[in-house]
Amino acid sequence: MIMFWVSLLAVSILLYVLLDGVDLGVGMLFGLVNGDSKRDAIQGSVAPIWDGNETWLVVSAVILWGAFPVVYATLLSAFYLPLIVMLLGLILRGVAFEFRHKTQRMRWIWNASFAGGSLVASFMQGLTVGALVEGLPVANGQYAGGDFGWLTPFAVLCGVGLCVGYGLLGACWLVMKCDGEVRDVAHRQIPVLAVGLLVFLVVVFIHALAERLPIMDRWIERPYLFAFPAIGAIAAIALGASIRRHNDRWPFYMVALIFVTAFGTLALSFWPYMIPFVITVDDAAAPHSSLAFMSWGGFVVFPLMLLYTIVSYSVFKGKSSATMPANRIANFERSEP
Amino acid sequence: MDVTALLLSRIQFAFTITFHIIFPSFTIGLAAWLTVLEALRLATGRPVYRVLFDFWLKIFGVAFGMGVVSGIVMAFQFGTNWSVLSKMSGPIQGPLLMYETFTAFMLEATFFGVLIFGRSRVPPWFYLFSTAMVALGTTFSAFWIMVNNSWMQVPVGYVTENGAFVPDNWIKIIFNFVVWVRFPHMLLASYLTGAFCVAATGAWYVLRRDYHAESQVMLRMGLGLAAVLIPIQLFFGHLCGEYVNTYQPSKMAAIEARWNDEKPASEVLIGWPDVENRRNLYAITLPPPFGSLIDSDSLTAGETGLNSIPRENWPPVLIPFFGFRIMVGCGVVMLGLAWLGSYLSLKHRLERNRFLLWLTFLSFPLPFIAIVTGWFTAEVGRQPWVVYGVLRTADAMTPFLTTRAATISLVIFCAVYAFIFSFGTFYVYRLIRTGPVGKLFESGRIAVPNRPLSLAEIPMVQHSHVGAGE
Repeated sequence: MIMFWVSLLAVSILLYVLLDGVDLGVGMLFGLVNGDSKRDAIQGSVAPIWDGNETWLVVSAVILWGAFPVVYATLLSAFYLPLIVMLLGLILRGVAFEFRHKTQRMRWIWNASFAGGSLVASFMQGLTVGALVEGLPVANGQYAGGDFGWLTPFAVLCGVGLCVGYGLLGACWLVMKCDGEVRDVAHRQIPVLAVGLLVFLVVVFIHALAERLPIMDRWIERPYLFAFPAIGAIAAIALGASIRRHNDRWPFYMVALIFVTAFGTLALSFWPYMIPFVITVDDAAAPHSSLAFMSWGGFVVFPLMLLYTIVSYSVFKGKSSATMPANRIANFERSEP
Repeated sequence: MDVTALLLSRIQFAFTITFHIIFPSFTIGLAAWLTVLEALRLATGRPVYRVLFDFWLKIFGVAFGMGVVSGIVMAFQFGTNWSVLSKMSGPIQGPLLMYETFTAFMLEATFFGVLIFGRSRVPPWFYLFSTAMVALGTTFSAFWIMVNNSWMQVPVGYVTENGAFVPDNWIKIIFNFVVWVRFPHMLLASYLTGAFCVAATGAWYVLRRDYHAESQVMLRMGLGLAAVLIPIQLFFGHLCGEYVNTYQPSKMAAIEARWNDEKPASEVLIGWPDVENRRNLYAITLPPPFGSLIDSDSLTAGETGLNSIPRENWPPVLIPFFGFRIMVGCGVVMLGLAWLGSYLSLKHRLERNRFLLWLTFLSFPLPFIAIVTGWFTAEVGRQPWVVYGVLRTADAMTPFLTTRAATISLVIFCAVYAFIFSFGTFYVYRLIRTGPVGKLFESGRIAVPNRPLSLAEIPMVQHSHVGAGE
């Protein structure tokens, strides 16, 4: 039962990173272009799906709370400020979808809020993971790092790295979903971001070795872990090839695969800890009566959520320029009074 | 009062949840209203339903978006500020909120996307189905939230093990009396919110002599629904009072500003509770046995006063006392408006009664005020407990949260929320002022590529908006 919930949690977090990572990456790239039509196309490529994607973050949070309440309580309170800033980033990103089109004169505000919110949320997510990898200062089962204990150079580096990674994911998405100039611009961004991500990964690896992060010991104990980076490397080579062929789809699949392998690597090097070297999966698990009650949700409703996600991606499949709003304001003849 | 991390955390929770509840209570009602409109359109083919649907969908979009983004905060705040609570009650609250997310959020999010962008991509029956699924999702969400909150109000079905609340009877947790009076109470409140906003909009257009067909439908359906629902709502409100009286005597004593045990009890209609001296100033009081009659449906029942409850277990008195009275007052005014308006509307005299139309138009804040003050009564009245009778709010907070961190977070929450709230309400206002732009004019669609969520856009330009960039 505990294994089941760990797996579901892992799937939810991975889905969040892949799906909303696209939205956040697209949001950051949105900040780099000029002109309303290009911006509309970029935002429109994720507009019908972003809400569902963001929901996977809530799914992860509540699985964590229900199945591993100690971890939920410890992590969320330790990362107080980064999480709250991340939430505010998500808020500003989210309302921009709605508000951008309600105004002409003030649109710049919501352009800034869309790009800035995406950037802040991505950075904070990377920073949080980085601080977790480095190891949280915990004393007597309680976070003991102070208000800014998470703010380290390595964590900041991870924040920047995740922004680059999401950006790459977003660029690959734009190539797949858009036409014309947006697609061309994204095609040019992909190699730059890909090299950026590669540099980041190498720097992280060197840093982890140099600082002798305890997490690295797991690699010596578990040589099979190298399978993940190996698959990631193959995906990176395939990504390079697909970039050269100007393919519209393969870059996205390959970058997604790189994210999956990176996630798998990280998750397995934590195992069996949920907060490295402080709380293990078994320590953290909720009582049996809670997990048993949750299993209905896990076995019946969770697959339904996957189904909804598939439904929404299949309704909005293909190039997003074909997406149009449900009602057609443009042809109404009445102007604003 | 010292500014402590505890006080700041409480203010932050109160602020963020008050901000949040405004939007779901509006969208639960609107989602149901949209489903009815779409079903009516499919059944009758009358274009007015389509015009109204499109119009209210724009408003729904704005409100839903603000509800979604402010709701995510709630899923995190238990852990960030109230980590002791979330650790102790996680085995119960965690699974309940998990069910909320699993059954409601993904359903809403997916089919909301279809609603806004998918009209041209799916068959009509699927579009109606999507509308109904959004409405169902909002209802599920309300249900699980009410189960969760009711457990915090009246904790049942658990044992305490190693400092955690371990569930041992989920049937009791989900199917107890408290849940099943509070959930309908909240749901009805949301429907009333939708009904009054719709009716107020209709009244405004009648006053402006605009959108004749649409305003008639809105006014009649809104007031008619409210006229039927408010008596039911008052009944469920009374049942909620019964659970409070049974399980939360300190909250009841605060709501009634009752200081001494009385048997049978009197009823303070209005007054100013003077907490320090334990008495009421300027009180208008109904003699016994009205208090017993209202609180316990009995002519003789004894009612507990605050003096027989230890001072450290008192809730603040003023907020539950006035919160409750404001809520009931709003309910009574709405009842009068709904009945009178529906009666005149049946007699076809409402359109000429400009006074009542103005009142109906100005009544749209009432359901929101009733919901917020009702929640203040419930939540402040539960203090000093976060889980009534077993865990104090002061003991539930993250122990190492500093005043500095709590100040930073509260300040940025206030700033960002004030910012998006002012723009959000302004955009909703402008949408309603403009009205259902298409009137009864139906025509083929013009494909405008790359127009993301431009549903609520005011058509300031008649050509494609792609060309409208500055």
